[in-house]
Amino acid sequence: MKRNVPLLITALGGFVLIIAYFIPATQDWGEIAAIWFDVLASIAFILGGGNLLKIHLKNISNKTPGWAYSTITLFAFLITLIFGLGKIGVNPNPQYPEYPFSGHYREIGSPFWWLYEYTFKPLTATMFAMLAFYISSAAFRAFRAKNTEAILLLGTAFIILLGRTFAGVYLTSWLPDWLSGLKIENLTVYIMSVFNTAGNRAIMIGIALGIASTSLKVLLGVDRSYLGSGED
Amino acid sequence: MAEPYGQLSSILQAPQVFSASDYPWDHGDKINLKWTLLKENNKISFFVIEQSNSNKDGTFKQITKVDSSVNKFIVQDLDRNSSYHFQIRSGDRFGNLSKPKTLDYAVTPKQDWFDGRRFPLFLITFIFSGSVVFWIIRARSGESLKIRKIAGLEAVDEAVGRATEMGQPILFVPGIQDINEIQTIAGLTVLSRVSKVAAEYDAKVEVPTSKSLVMTAARETIQASFLSAGRPESYNQDLVYYVTDEQFGYVAYVQGMMVREKPAACFYMGAFFAESLILAETGNTIGAIQVAGTAMPAQLPFFVAACDYTLIGEEFFAASAYLSGEPDQLGSLKGQDLGKVIVGIGIVVGVTLLTLGTIFGEDTLIGGKLLFFAEYLKSTILT
Repeated sequence: MKRNVPLLITALGGFVLIIAYFIPATQDWGEIAAIWFDVLASIAFILGGGNLLKIHLKNISNKTPGWAYSTITLFAFLITLIFGLGKIGVNPNPQYPEYPFSGHYREIGSPFWWLYEYTFKPLTATMFAMLAFYISSAAFRAFRAKNTEAILLLGTAFIILLGRTFAGVYLTSWLPDWLSGLKIENLTVYIMSVFNTAGNRAIMIGIALGIASTSLKVLLGVDRSYLGSGED
Repeated sequence: MAEPYGQLSSILQAPQVFSASDYPWDHGDKINLKWTLLKENNKISFFVIEQSNSNKDGTFKQITKVDSSVNKFIVQDLDRNSSYHFQIRSGDRFGNLSKPKTLDYAVTPKQDWFDGRRFPLFLITFIFSGSVVFWIIRARSGESLKIRKIAGLEAVDEAVGRATEMGQPILFVPGIQDINEIQTIAGLTVLSRVSKVAAEYDAKVEVPTSKSLVMTAARETIQASFLSAGRPESYNQDLVYYVTDEQFGYVAYVQGMMVREKPAACFYMGAFFAESLILAETGNTIGAIQVAGTAMPAQLPFFVAACDYTLIGEEFFAASAYLSGEPDQLGSLKGQDLGKVIVGIGIVVGVTLLTLGTIFGEDTLIGGKLLFFAEYLKSTILT
């Protein structure tokens, strides 16, 4: 029962979406299925919030290593929740001035907006900015010319990198028009639009077939491992 | 009645034959318009189509202006519960317009039971699904099927074994998409195997998730794996937990956790975006053995550069069949091969049509037809 009901729901939801794609009269069914998922996902937020509280309160209570981070997490979570749900500092909507709760929770200048703009966004940007350093260290490792394939990779990467800088364009600007194909910026475009696109498409075709096959296995109940072991 | 835009011309004449009909095999949002000039008139340089939603004496609004060589038009984005009136005018190069030719009947778009535009896709889906089902049945009846070795999946046992020897936890990241993403499902099938081996070795698997539904599903997966490994008492649901839906908030947590707890094996299986390299490089820094699998082509180079093993695209989706070794699942992989044959034929036909079309030239009859078929293959059959 615990396995069959989820399988039935999966199969039903999946086949409804497929039918809705091909049969116009059933298009609404597909939209209803998508709405149901949204409803479930919204309810799951409560589940997630509850789990967050449980895990971090447990960390604080047991004084596990790094419990101070849990304190900060809980503090940030509760402050954001109170400001957001309580609409603290939000002015009423001009259309309904008699209802103090009618304003938008993300109103510019409100504490929630302030938290988002001046705390959350800079932190997010900081994390994203770290990517530049990680790309450099990964590239350093990947481009070590230890065999033929690595040398080819290094050469290609060198052309692409150079082709996207002013220096690269300047370096080959002296080439005559009849050799313009060898100008580094043109070589970059050629590599990206021919070799890179061809390789990318080959991977995409494999992915598309893999997705179709996996979806079919899930819908038919052949692959049940996501519900636990494949054994009954 | 109608509001003319330019000067009314008495020399110009609207097409004498003008008709409208429902567009067949659609969602009920299109109408076909056709017109004919009974007498050639080289003064005409364009036609203007006008539409009225009320009645034929109501206000008409221009919906399109087409070249004089065109003699049909498909009106789109209509409401199937409304009726529409149409009229057409001819125009010359100075912008002068003829009197309109107005249809004396209204047309209502009709919804058909099947979307004809998607018939080629339906056929391909049917053949592909049939092939997968056929091979599943063949595999069930005892047909032996071989599958090539996939290094990334062979490494699962090795990675879990190493973590056990080192007494360090195993980190499993199921991507940052929700459970409705097929890559997340594929990731959970790998988690099933990883947690089963971990249960056998008595190793700890930690699964931070960025979606609470994924957390619930992952808990079920791990619990069932521990049960099937005969160690239900070792299952700890607190090791599968929700962090945050926010991409970089999630990354910050997982990165911090990796640096603090130093897991010996890291698995990244699911849909990843900009966080892929941040996670994989951090794992590399702490010296963990890393196995990644994703179907996001843009993230694959990052994983290849930073991880020990990477499951590329279809290998990732083959993981479940490969790891379970069940005939049913191996049969589905064999069925996929027919899909590759169909794609191969499509590529050969498309390339041939385009090459020959270009050689003959767009202006020639045969060249034009070849290029038209190539475009039809690309935009109608494969879309």
